[in-house]
Amino acid sequence: MLRVENLSVRRDAHALLDGVSFTVEAGEWLMLSGPNGAGKTTLIRALSRTIPYEGSVSLGGEDTADMRPAALARRVAVLDQNHAAGYAFTVEEIIRLGRYAYGGAFGRGDADGDEKIEAALRHTGLASLRHRSVTTLSGGELQRVFLAQCLAQDPRLLLLDEPTSHLDLQHQKELFTLLEDWLKTSGRAVISVVHDLSLARAFGTRAALLGGGKLIACGAAQDVLSDENLRTVYGMDVRGWMRGLLERW
Amino acid sequence: MTTHATRNGGLSPAAYLLFAAALAAALLLGICLGSVPVAPGETFRALAAALRGTGGDGAGAYSIVVTLRLPRVLCVALMGASLSLCGGAMQGLLRNPLADGSTLGVSSGAALGAAVAIAFGVSIPGLPGAGAAGTAMLSAFLSLVFILTLAYRLDASLSTNTILLLGVVFSLFTGSLLSLVITFAGSRLRPLLFWTMGSLSGSGYGDALALALALLLCGGTILFFSRELDAFSLGEPSARHVGVDVRRTKLIVLVAVSALIGICVSIGGSIGFVGLVVPHMARMLFGPSHRRLLPASLFGGATFLLLADLASRVVLAPLELPIGVVTSLIGSVVFVRIFYLTRKAE
Repeated sequence: MLRVENLSVRRDAHALLDGVSFTVEAGEWLMLSGPNGAGKTTLIRALSRTIPYEGSVSLGGEDTADMRPAALARRVAVLDQNHAAGYAFTVEEIIRLGRYAYGGAFGRGDADGDEKIEAALRHTGLASLRHRSVTTLSGGELQRVFLAQCLAQDPRLLLLDEPTSHLDLQHQKELFTLLEDWLKTSGRAVISVVHDLSLARAFGTRAALLGGGKLIACGAAQDVLSDENLRTVYGMDVRGWMRGLLERW
Repeated sequence: MTTHATRNGGLSPAAYLLFAAALAAALLLGICLGSVPVAPGETFRALAAALRGTGGDGAGAYSIVVTLRLPRVLCVALMGASLSLCGGAMQGLLRNPLADGSTLGVSSGAALGAAVAIAFGVSIPGLPGAGAAGTAMLSAFLSLVFILTLAYRLDASLSTNTILLLGVVFSLFTGSLLSLVITFAGSRLRPLLFWTMGSLSGSGYGDALALALALLLCGGTILFFSRELDAFSLGEPSARHVGVDVRRTKLIVLVAVSALIGICVSIGGSIGFVGLVVPHMARMLFGPSHRRLLPASLFGGATFLLLADLASRVVLAPLELPIGVVTSLIGSVVFVRIFYLTRKAE
């Protein structure tokens, strides 16, 4: 479904990403992990064509660099770490923007729009907040609004950059369960950046470990998140640290 | 907010009717009131005579209404609508409530061009009086090319910060050049000062036609990009993620805004605050969606500037104040209040 070949991102002489290659098939949830500065967010930005890159990214056999912005948005949705509400749009107005790529002039011609928006509101538990101004929402609620926008976009590939960063435990659980359900529809895949390795192991069908802009390992989550690999990229005994935390619980 | 909106997010017919009524009332007041008041009945008779082409005797009420005030109020309304529309578009595009067309530096660039023409008597052979307009439009266009070229060289993605900073620096630069021009203006100082403060006295039907065509073309383009401006209001990355062609949208909206402002400045001089205050008020009443904000700014801007123009003519009659002084006086107070309330709400 997604094929990434020799992807590199450079700023001045420094390589933020260096020759990264991997594939993602339909039905897979690829967890991106690694320490700060490893290149996880840079990879998400390159995949979403937000920043210039070298190498190739193809989706369903088509190079994303050749796609028009609306065509790319119908296939790929992105949930960033941070969101700027700015002006006082309502929750529904923000979610409706997720249908931009499907409408013609003035947004007309999107036959499925209302249905997708209602489904997104329902799945994210935002139906009761649909007329609320986003400037009055908490960080977690705002995160759910933009997730709903992504769902309304009805993409094949969902790119999530630390989606749990503003969510409490209950909403983390709901988000991951929701994404598991979303993945059950055929032809869909998720790539998400996660710092919580237990979430990565529990929900990821595959994992990729990044370190210093390079892909250290990519494969089945249980294999990639091994003690040895984690020690290589984090420079510490990750399993020991997590066990210690549980013992002090 | 939503009570003013139709199901597809546009302004409701009732809101359009209210705006049209307010605009018509402001137009009528603008024509009837002034240093010499004209009764509404006489005004309608003069307008009817003009429509029939009989022309009356060309004196008295007919002369005041048809020759002097009607072209002026038309220009004022069209300029108010244009400047407000540009302000609303820029505030959405740059995701900054303090932005308006002048943030690009195009207003100041146009003003400098026109000021040079007025100060040094530049004229276009065969087109008397078109020197200032021609140089203002040319200067606005060159300002835009300069700013965009520099922005592209510094930052190929044309990020809003780059454009805002370049616009501010360019405005400061042209402002100092304008001061220099005024210093050397000599006997032409008074009309030049009057023009830099904004004035639509003496504007004619030709000016109104130019403004109407510009508003139809450039304003229509801006309105067409309402959904894209909504997406930009959430930031460029968000706009890109939902499928907006970010660079193309920015270029088209910037060019439309610049052209419209260039023409406005060439005809009426620098009239500040309209493009800042009116979209703010429209946003408070109708919400931030550009499907409602832009039409509301268009009508609201026309009405606001008509009332400001009326105030400039009647407050110290028979002395007439430059309209830019009135808009700045009203606008700065209203703007500070709105800005204070907005920040407090945040």
